[in-house]
Amino acid sequence: MRGGMRNPMPEQPADVRNKNFKEVALGYDMKTAVDEAERCLHCPKPLCVTGCPVNVEIPNFIAAVKEGNMEEAIKILKRKNSLPAVCGRVCPQENQCESKCVLGIKGQSVAIGRLERFVADYAREHGLDNVDNEKAAPNGKKVAIVGSGPSGLTAAGDLAKMGYDVTIFEALHAPGGVLMYGIPEFRLPKEIVQHEIDSLKKLGVKVMVDAVIGRVFTIQELFEEEGFDAIYVGTGAGLPHFMNIEGENLNGVYSANEFLTRVNLMRAYQFPKVATPVYVGKKVAVVGAGNVAMDAARTAKRLGAEQVYIVYRRSEEEMPARKEEIGHAREEGIELRLLNNPVRILGNEKGWVTGMECIKMELGEPDASGRRSPVAIKGSEYVLDVDMVVMAIGQGPNPLLKQTTHDLETNKRGNIVADENGATSIPGVFAGGDIVTGAATVISAMGAGKKAAHAIDEYLKNK
Amino acid sequence: MAKILSKSCLAPAVYEFLVDTPLIAHKCQPGQFVMIRTEENSERIPLTIADFDREKGTITLIVQAVGNTTKHLCETFEEGDDILDVVGPLGRPSEMGKFGTVVCVGGGIGVAPVYPIARAYHELGNKVISVIGARNKDLIIWRDKMEAISDEVIITTDDGSEGHKGFVTDPVREMLEKGEQVDLVLAIGPVIMMKNVAATTKPFGTKTTVSLNTIMVDGTGMCGGCRVTVGDETKFACVDGPEFDGHKVDFANLMQRQLMYKDQESLEYSCGGHCKCVEE
Repeated sequence: MRGGMRNPMPEQPADVRNKNFKEVALGYDMKTAVDEAERCLHCPKPLCVTGCPVNVEIPNFIAAVKEGNMEEAIKILKRKNSLPAVCGRVCPQENQCESKCVLGIKGQSVAIGRLERFVADYAREHGLDNVDNEKAAPNGKKVAIVGSGPSGLTAAGDLAKMGYDVTIFEALHAPGGVLMYGIPEFRLPKEIVQHEIDSLKKLGVKVMVDAVIGRVFTIQELFEEEGFDAIYVGTGAGLPHFMNIEGENLNGVYSANEFLTRVNLMRAYQFPKVATPVYVGKKVAVVGAGNVAMDAARTAKRLGAEQVYIVYRRSEEEMPARKEEIGHAREEGIELRLLNNPVRILGNEKGWVTGMECIKMELGEPDASGRRSPVAIKGSEYVLDVDMVVMAIGQGPNPLLKQTTHDLETNKRGNIVADENGATSIPGVFAGGDIVTGAATVISAMGAGKKAAHAIDEYLKNK
Repeated sequence: MAKILSKSCLAPAVYEFLVDTPLIAHKCQPGQFVMIRTEENSERIPLTIADFDREKGTITLIVQAVGNTTKHLCETFEEGDDILDVVGPLGRPSEMGKFGTVVCVGGGIGVAPVYPIARAYHELGNKVISVIGARNKDLIIWRDKMEAISDEVIITTDDGSEGHKGFVTDPVREMLEKGEQVDLVLAIGPVIMMKNVAATTKPFGTKTTVSLNTIMVDGTGMCGGCRVTVGDETKFACVDGPEFDGHKVDFANLMQRQLMYKDQESLEYSCGGHCKCVEE
């Protein structure tokens, strides 16, 4: 047993990368990957697999890496996970597979995510990842996928492999959903997302962009006029939340969605070469402490903000972002203002942000979420000197589809009600990912897409 | 991609595009809009659907070359060219019904989005009085089309070169002061015009609807860039609108938000918009 420490991930130095949009983590090389793979104990009952929402056969792919057989490794990965290059980068492995690794009890767990990324990148770069040899013969049935985020892409891939005729409908001009508009280039290069989408197309999946379902076709029309036999809805959590505090509609206040979409999807960081502008202040407050907040803060820094604060009402322990991302943000010079809550945003006579009044908080009794609830400290208000504010306090479900699909049952938050297999109140309509669960992770959305693909298969076989 | 079937100039810097979009033409309702992207480096901008023909599968877009993308579209796109992306129909359709007498106010190219709504009011049996305003007579668009679906058309120009000299608010105020029956006022045009129309009708308590063309990125509820203060609430123009109660819209906030990218826009203009002087 080698045990001990995992191989570190090579990264761009913090004071270099916080000025560019290139990927932060550089990835293992072959030698490091094989060395890391050799740390795996190959437990007879691998707990890591149980920690993975899509049950990737982790010890098997690691064994293939150990032998240097990348063709085999990618085949094993892709059997369960159609987007390994994405998951290797953005999955919270520390809470999933790696948290179950036996090596983690005394030392550090095997760097499963880093190995996954290595295999996927190696396979892509060496043309080894077109592993659609397991594709079933066409069965003549049509499935529509609404939304091309991680959930929709996964369902599409699995259904195509089962022989279904799959069409993805995407509202934006580029497929990928949050992988394209939300997660920044420095964490997930868009080239990788594009490659995954191209792989799906090679599997026979059709992608129709600029198609807002609920508008251009209703759910009913997809069945009755377009001849689809089943529909999977993976429209995500796209509607940004605001705090509803004074000054939130001042110029210089963004939702994280808008700020990130301008920069990622519309490439505003290349303005004026591209036409979409983005405003970046000198001193920026990002409200919230999830991965989206970290992305927004680090993006603002890269666009030239001198001072960037994360403002969060709880303490570091409660921050929902991945530890690694919090660490990256800190290294890049982002300042955490923990136990601080915005009260109002101040503006000048022209309607631009000039500051944000915050109140200091302390932790009280645990609340419904089990986390200690923050309580305001009376009289502790102060003004944080900022000229831009990004609200990154979460997203809700988009209402567009529901507006024209009245019989699709939703809960009081507007999320689609679906059973564990994704079946909704409408026969033949399945749903999964953030539109059902509320904002969560890429991999849990993929897990839902996978389950629903099997449920759709069952439904159509028995129909 | 959507092909431009015809392009014509209606007034200086104002163009009419007939665009081949069968799916959108089949579904759109008065009051809805599309988002377009002209080419790979383009912004996404909202344009109201000014007319549609379900059988021919076309929509009509009226574009004034004022910003970077509208200039690019007006100056470089001709009949036969493809617009890279046209997405829609977006926004809630106009509220329709038999209201009685409806005054439809269109300022500048605001006449274009007014037209399909006024036509639908007319078809539903409402009495339609249209008020068309422009800076001068050369800038009046679609007068014939408006006349065909209105019971009465009143023209106003800032300089008096056509119709009544003054603003669109003048005839509206006159009607209300005379005590004429007006059940609904629809006003679409520059923000300042909509603000003034709403201010004119407010003392009379006449229901007034405005349609807001705010800054948007996606147009589907995702970015919140289009948010407006309506009454005590923040609304998204793209999914909650674009039509709102003109008496509740915070126009001052809206005008301020419309200036968000003024500095950047002028940066683009200084190098002529889609120039290559800033290639990497």
